[in-house]
Amino acid sequence: MRLPRRQHSVLPGFGLTLGFAVVYLSLVALIPMCALFLRARGLGWMGFWSTVTEPRVLAACRLSFGAAFIGATLNAVFGFIVAWTLVRYRFFGRRFIDALIDLPFALPTAVSGIALTTIYAPNGWIGRALEPLGIKAVFTPRGVVIALTFIGLPFVVRTLQPALEDLEADVEEAAASLGASRPQTFRRVIFPAIVPALLTGFALAFARALGEYGSVVFISGNLPGKTEIAPLLIVTQLEQYDYAGATAIAVLLLVISFAMLLLINLLQRWSGRRHLRGM
Amino acid sequence: MSITVENIRKSYGAFQALRGVSLDIPDSQITALLGPSGSGKTTLLRIIAGLEKPDEGSGPIRFHHEDVADRRVQERRVGFVFQHYALFKHMTVFENVAFGLRVRPKHERPANDVIDRKVHDLLKLVQLDGMAHRFPSQLSGGQRQRVALARALAVEPRVLLLDEPFGALDARVRKQLRAWIRRLHDEIAITTIFVTHDQDEALEVADRVVVMNEGRVEQAGAPEEVFHDPATEFVMNFLGHVNVFDGRIEDGKVTFASVQIEHPVALESAAGPARVFIRPHELSLHLLPRSDSLPATVTGIHAAGPAVRLTLAAEGDHTFSADISQDVYRALKVAVGAKFWVLPKDLRVFPGGAPDSDRL
Amino acid sequence: MSLRPATAEPRWVRTLLLTITMLFLAAFLVTPLVAVFTEALRKGVAAYFAGFDDPAVRSAIKLTLLTAGIAVPVNVVFGLAAAWSVAKFEFPGKSLLTTLIDLPLAVSPVVSGLIYVLVFGLNGWLGPWLKAHDLQVIFAVPGIVLATVFVTLPFVARELIPLMQEQGTEDEESALTLGASGWQTFWRVTLPNIRWGLLYGVILCNARAMGEFGAVSVVSGHIRGKTNTVPLQVEILYNEYNFVAAFAVASLLAMLALVTLAAKSFIEWRMTSAPASPAVPGDPT
Repeated sequence: MRLPRRQHSVLPGFGLTLGFAVVYLSLVALIPMCALFLRARGLGWMGFWSTVTEPRVLAACRLSFGAAFIGATLNAVFGFIVAWTLVRYRFFGRRFIDALIDLPFALPTAVSGIALTTIYAPNGWIGRALEPLGIKAVFTPRGVVIALTFIGLPFVVRTLQPALEDLEADVEEAAASLGASRPQTFRRVIFPAIVPALLTGFALAFARALGEYGSVVFISGNLPGKTEIAPLLIVTQLEQYDYAGATAIAVLLLVISFAMLLLINLLQRWSGRRHLRGM
Repeated sequence: MSITVENIRKSYGAFQALRGVSLDIPDSQITALLGPSGSGKTTLLRIIAGLEKPDEGSGPIRFHHEDVADRRVQERRVGFVFQHYALFKHMTVFENVAFGLRVRPKHERPANDVIDRKVHDLLKLVQLDGMAHRFPSQLSGGQRQRVALARALAVEPRVLLLDEPFGALDARVRKQLRAWIRRLHDEIAITTIFVTHDQDEALEVADRVVVMNEGRVEQAGAPEEVFHDPATEFVMNFLGHVNVFDGRIEDGKVTFASVQIEHPVALESAAGPARVFIRPHELSLHLLPRSDSLPATVTGIHAAGPAVRLTLAAEGDHTFSADISQDVYRALKVAVGAKFWVLPKDLRVFPGGAPDSDRL
Repeated sequence: MSLRPATAEPRWVRTLLLTITMLFLAAFLVTPLVAVFTEALRKGVAAYFAGFDDPAVRSAIKLTLLTAGIAVPVNVVFGLAAAWSVAKFEFPGKSLLTTLIDLPLAVSPVVSGLIYVLVFGLNGWLGPWLKAHDLQVIFAVPGIVLATVFVTLPFVARELIPLMQEQGTEDEESALTLGASGWQTFWRVTLPNIRWGLLYGVILCNARAMGEFGAVSVVSGHIRGKTNTVPLQVEILYNEYNFVAAFAVASLLAMLALVTLAAKSFIEWRMTSAPASPAVPGDPT
């Protein structure tokens, strides 16, 4: 008999561990974050509004959102194919590729940034192939999308893999036995079952991409109003001692992060998975 | 070591797991706490062990005459065997059994050779002497169970508490282990309490059975006592298959399904509704009518077993079952559709109407 | 999972999906990794090692090791404390606490750095006080350590919480009934049970601590030889068009990433193949 609300009062250390965890979390994370909001309150609503509606800020936000969205979408499509292949097919090197998926988590963003820039530059391995087609990747918004796709890939794949593994074989066999063709089975049985995981992965990749800094700054070229992302703008304004401007954009990003976190929590509850691996 | 608990209460939020339980556990016997899930039996066991604190206002928990209610679990010296054994996966069988000796404060800790001898003695006792260096994952379920038992005995506990000791085992191993535990107990004679939801297990292994329901003790007594003389409807229902009839008490007689019978309970009770309980083996079949038997038609026969179980339908849509011997079954040439007079050889009457939710 | 002919895709679909997967991963994962080492060795092995023959690089490596050496242990202690309280006890606000632990993962690295500038910077909350006492946090080592502690805070806790929740409390209760004290129970029973999960969290935490760029960049001030970590040194060398040295230093971090991935896969394999102990039906005795 296991009761849902059993209190394990006989185990020692509750007060000590919870107390330490809460104090530590408050000192390291919560109080500094409050500093940001208090500083933003000093700006006043009008000050905040006039800062975030400056053309340069608007352009940066537009680029950040747009590129993050495109990157997350690309990842949803290709990440799905990658996850499907890894879960369903057996081929040489599968385990190696599976381990490699986490590379964007493990590789420091500065390294990813300079490596991607080198490859997609006009004289780089891939940039050379794109140039005759008239596609310029580095120092354009496309470069931003490339970096954000790189950074978001593991989120989609790692969220989809367990969902695909959990699909029970007999459900597909039942669909087949009822006369469904393979595309029908996919569309009506498999896809609806993994939609929550796909959306969660998309949201995680999008949220990460919005705040990403290291891998983007090298490849984007950082032209104000053209290839300048919102996190970079914060750094620029900080370097110019424009604390008010930096704070306003940071608050905007932070609020969106909170909203995304909430959304992701809801999505995960929907898909029945709370904890996802990720860095 | 006898155990006495008085007025133990425990609630989890709005759920009352124990509603004032008082109990005497006799020394050196095996006592079974028997009940359905949610009856509070495991909670009671954990409270006796000190793994759970009773609510404020609960009475004392006495080991012999000492009140241990304020003692921590480490100080109560109980041997507790968990349902899923809780063996330490990273330790060998030997280290598991030795654990309780090794964690003693330095001045009380036995020397290594003493520990060594003691662990091997215990492993011999539970017939696992050759397995000392295996890991729990290399053992079968029954072997793990016995390691857990040896580990609990290593600290020389004053009482042995077993939570669903046979619950995670398959049917054949359960049977073997029951008999083995009984024999082991005869050897070491330690006050033992075990929790189970299986009535056969309780009746076969225990010297005393405590039937629990919804956080209360329904009846406590020897196995024969609770089986043959159930104190409440719940005990009647819970121990073995039983036919239930709604009847009435009037003029010292009980009436149900067209039968009227004199019964001592009816003599003592005022007129009103009553519930009549008859076990299938307490019914006999007759060809000739009798005033104290009820006419019924055979609707089903299950003859593959030591006895034959018949399903019968009486007037007024009463369906019930009766167990008869294979000899009687052949002698009476019982067939579906045949009509008989069914005589209750024994029955129990509980005054009062049907409860809201029928527990059958 | 075995192939299921009845419900498998036609061969051409499989080949197509496999090809797309390979091309996509080649373009996005393999080439960047290969590029790091190729660029680093572009001018030969001697030039590669010459890249490390720079006091600034060496001091960056030292600072990175110091930062990780502080951030990882404190977050291990935090992770153990948080996981013990969340997994073994019931209390109101538990799900809020677990959500807050994940918070640093959702915050942009740049914002993570900024919040410390706003607290400890010259015109921050504690700025005047720190200046009066001649203490410096921002544009100094303490700020770098703090920012790193912040971004790596969740890693150990979020590995341990689900693991310890899954393991329940029976083992600990069992140790207590056998007379073990709280510490004995933790060291002898709990810690061995969670060792692989803990190691997993430590490896992820360490990788992020050594590789963090955005948050550290904001608080560091880029003082060469003083407040540059390895990732920041990569940026500086790259921006100075010293590509070989930049990629040589970057190759160190790439190797760290590869070791991290290998260790991660190994632990995942250990954890899934670790002997679970459900009841084995059938008793040979």
